[in-house]
Amino acid sequence: MYGTRVAVLGAGIIGAACARELALAGLEVTVVERGAAASATTAHGEGNVLVSDKGPGPELELARISRALWPEVLARVAERSAHAAQAVEWEPKGGIVVATTDAGARELTRFAADQRAAGVRAEVMDADELAKAEPHVTREHTAALLYPEDAQVQPAGAAAALLGDALAAGARLRTGCEVLGAVTRGGRITAVRTSTGPVEADWFVDTAGPWAGELSARLGAPVDVRPRRGDVLVTTPLPPTVFHKVYDADYVGAVGSSAEDLQTSAVVESTRGGSVLIGSSRRRVGFDDRLRPEVLSAVAAKALRLFPTLAGVPVTRAYGGFRPYVPDHLPVIGADPRLEGLWHAGGHEGAGIGLSVGTGRLLRNLMLGEPAVMDATHFRVDRPAVLGEGAHLPVSEETA
Amino acid sequence: MTHRHVVVVGAGPAGLAAAEAALGAGARVTLIDSADRPGGQYHRMLPEAYDAARPEVLQHGWQAFDRRRRRVLAHSRCAWWSETSVWALERPDPGHPGPPRVHVLRGPADGGGRRRTTLDPDALVLAVGAHDRVLPFPGWELPGVFTAGAAQALAKGERVVVGDRVVVAGTGPFLLPVAASLLEAGSQVLEVLEANTPRTVARGWSRRPWELAAQVGKGGELAEYTALLLRHRVPYRLGRTVIEARGDGRVEEAVTARLRADWSVVPGSEHTVAVDAVCVTHGFSPQLELPVAAGCALRTTPGGEFVAVDDDQATSCPGVYAAGEITGIAGAPAARAEGALAGWTAAGGHRGTAALRALRRSRDQGRAFAERLARAHPIGAAWPAWLRPETVVCRCEEADYASIRRAAADRASTATRVAKLETRAGLGPCQARVCGPTVAELNARLSDEPAGRPVEGLPAPVPHRRPIAQPIRLGELAAAPEPPFADPAPQTP
Repeated sequence: MYGTRVAVLGAGIIGAACARELALAGLEVTVVERGAAASATTAHGEGNVLVSDKGPGPELELARISRALWPEVLARVAERSAHAAQAVEWEPKGGIVVATTDAGARELTRFAADQRAAGVRAEVMDADELAKAEPHVTREHTAALLYPEDAQVQPAGAAAALLGDALAAGARLRTGCEVLGAVTRGGRITAVRTSTGPVEADWFVDTAGPWAGELSARLGAPVDVRPRRGDVLVTTPLPPTVFHKVYDADYVGAVGSSAEDLQTSAVVESTRGGSVLIGSSRRRVGFDDRLRPEVLSAVAAKALRLFPTLAGVPVTRAYGGFRPYVPDHLPVIGADPRLEGLWHAGGHEGAGIGLSVGTGRLLRNLMLGEPAVMDATHFRVDRPAVLGEGAHLPVSEETA
Repeated sequence: MTHRHVVVVGAGPAGLAAAEAALGAGARVTLIDSADRPGGQYHRMLPEAYDAARPEVLQHGWQAFDRRRRRVLAHSRCAWWSETSVWALERPDPGHPGPPRVHVLRGPADGGGRRRTTLDPDALVLAVGAHDRVLPFPGWELPGVFTAGAAQALAKGERVVVGDRVVVAGTGPFLLPVAASLLEAGSQVLEVLEANTPRTVARGWSRRPWELAAQVGKGGELAEYTALLLRHRVPYRLGRTVIEARGDGRVEEAVTARLRADWSVVPGSEHTVAVDAVCVTHGFSPQLELPVAAGCALRTTPGGEFVAVDDDQATSCPGVYAAGEITGIAGAPAARAEGALAGWTAAGGHRGTAALRALRRSRDQGRAFAERLARAHPIGAAWPAWLRPETVVCRCEEADYASIRRAAADRASTATRVAKLETRAGLGPCQARVCGPTVAELNARLSDEPAGRPVEGLPAPVPHRRPIAQPIRLGELAAAPEPPFADPAPQTP
């Protein structure tokens, strides 16, 4: 495989993780990026590395593989650059899921039982244990579960660390370079036309995140990946107040839903800088980047239900981003059966930061014909949700 | 009578003039300012507790201002919303042209009982002004180093003396009124240092500054300040600046040095002065978060980015007008002319009125003045040479120059947002209002990445993007706003 040229199209965290695996495997990697590395979806998320929000199934399996890989990957990053590893802000702090209604408690208990059967650690907390772990959380809860495996990273730092490894292993990065179309020969993609000239390679990987639908359409092999907007509030730095990633049991329902309209649930956590990050919202509004105060308001109200004592804390910033959404909520990882030489790695919705390292590893396995870390059939490109009707429509359909 | 509802944000010279003109054209006006009294930075009014017997001594055009203030606030169609912050502007859906919805918080910012409400005006006038631009230098974070604006505010607004032995340094004509305020408040001003060389200043003004400035009413002021400096025997030196502040826990010494035209230091020209305060100003940064939130196009000038406006002060955004320092740093007379034009047009006033011609002329003279100002007082390209690796660039987060350089040198983290999250420069309480332009300039110089292509849904990473324009408490945000009212009943102040 030495000398095989791969062009990774998109330098978000998925592109960075794929480029890293492929460059370390000895392939000749070029990362092509329209804007600047890690500046879009990757830099506008919360940095979730979660197993707690996933029910048994292929996504949970990829999450567990990724969770196991992270410490190994970061150890290698640290060998190259202690500074880069530190900038990842890896915090294996654990997640706590809190239900505030009886129905929520029943659902959470059932969900956790299924997860345990799949190997996830999910520990029931009584009121005292919860109060000790999170002194400021509401007393008005009906159930709480601790997921010790949940972790958090500073997502842009994590992507920079993965990309840094790839560059150190010989990968090249071309920023400000927009892919315009494919050059094909005999049903095979041999180059992409870009704003700064053609890029030739043997393989191409579409890692354009929420723009994967648009990019794949430009390449002539559309996949149905759409943007799903999220908003995050950032408070002024506080003394230690929130110690885990604490979220409301509704979150799992919101993650799994396909509703177009606004879904909100509380996800509250501290960062190393002391600010508290508060999410989350899910809306399918195309690439509409306008701030919606009523969305921020709904997120704030949910967060206060979990942490009533935060009411007086000033929010100094808000940011929004677009998750890459696939109608069946599963990532797309594998070769495109319609265009030889084209691969896809994307559609992780809100879980891409955590799933990035597992995705990179799995893609490498598939490309190089190695024994795969898991069965990738569920992520295949030729499934109805990916090649469905949305795949042929312009991505902006939802903004109409 | 136009019956339009015009919301004016900012009650400084531009905003007050806008409100007055909009009222004159028959509109209903809601005038909003975060301060408790009108006047903005220019006519900073003393808090009542310190009420001075004769504020006009330190204030130019006080009487005219005072008359205008009374006229506007007492007007039956004007609602004066003091201590009100605009925390967000919500753009309408595409295909619904009109100004954004204005989200405000009413009540003292440090009080607990702020009310959240919204306004849906027919037109919006943004006159939110500018704040000091200050370049970093070693020791600038020490207590006792003030922005010139803060020093002037303390002297004029609270009658607080920032120090007994003060050096005023930086660039621009603002150095003079700052020095004057300090002298009036009883400080000893050791020297006033203009960083640009006599040649740069002279070339920029082309003629003697007061001759040009007289056209926009500035000359008299400058002459007075100059006379005051002479009377107090304060030296005014060109081509010299403070390159370092030193002290144990607070500033005790200022190191000044002679500068070349590009602001590189002339070796051996350093001089140490014992001080207890240093006031610095390197011009002004317009407060662009609200114009950017509204979607207004900006224009790039040698003096920085400003809101682009047409001949009637209309921005690129339908129903949104801009006046004052956010369109260019041209001083109060130009700001007043711009405000009057903006208010009149926003209110739907007849555009052929003869009085508008005079206003446009005054505004155009102001713009010419602004251009000369920018040319006579540029920021020299070599200033980063003053920095040391450990020099703090972002004071809020204590991010140093070394960290900025490291992020810029790593190709994986050069993106503005990625570098910001890594260095934390600009993430603190001031939200990059102080260090934003500095960090952007340093990044642009240190990194050779090609410019990114525009991406749908991904706004350009401009330092003035602050969708939450003012901090809002979680509890305030969570509460439902009082319903929007398009036509607020006028209130008496």
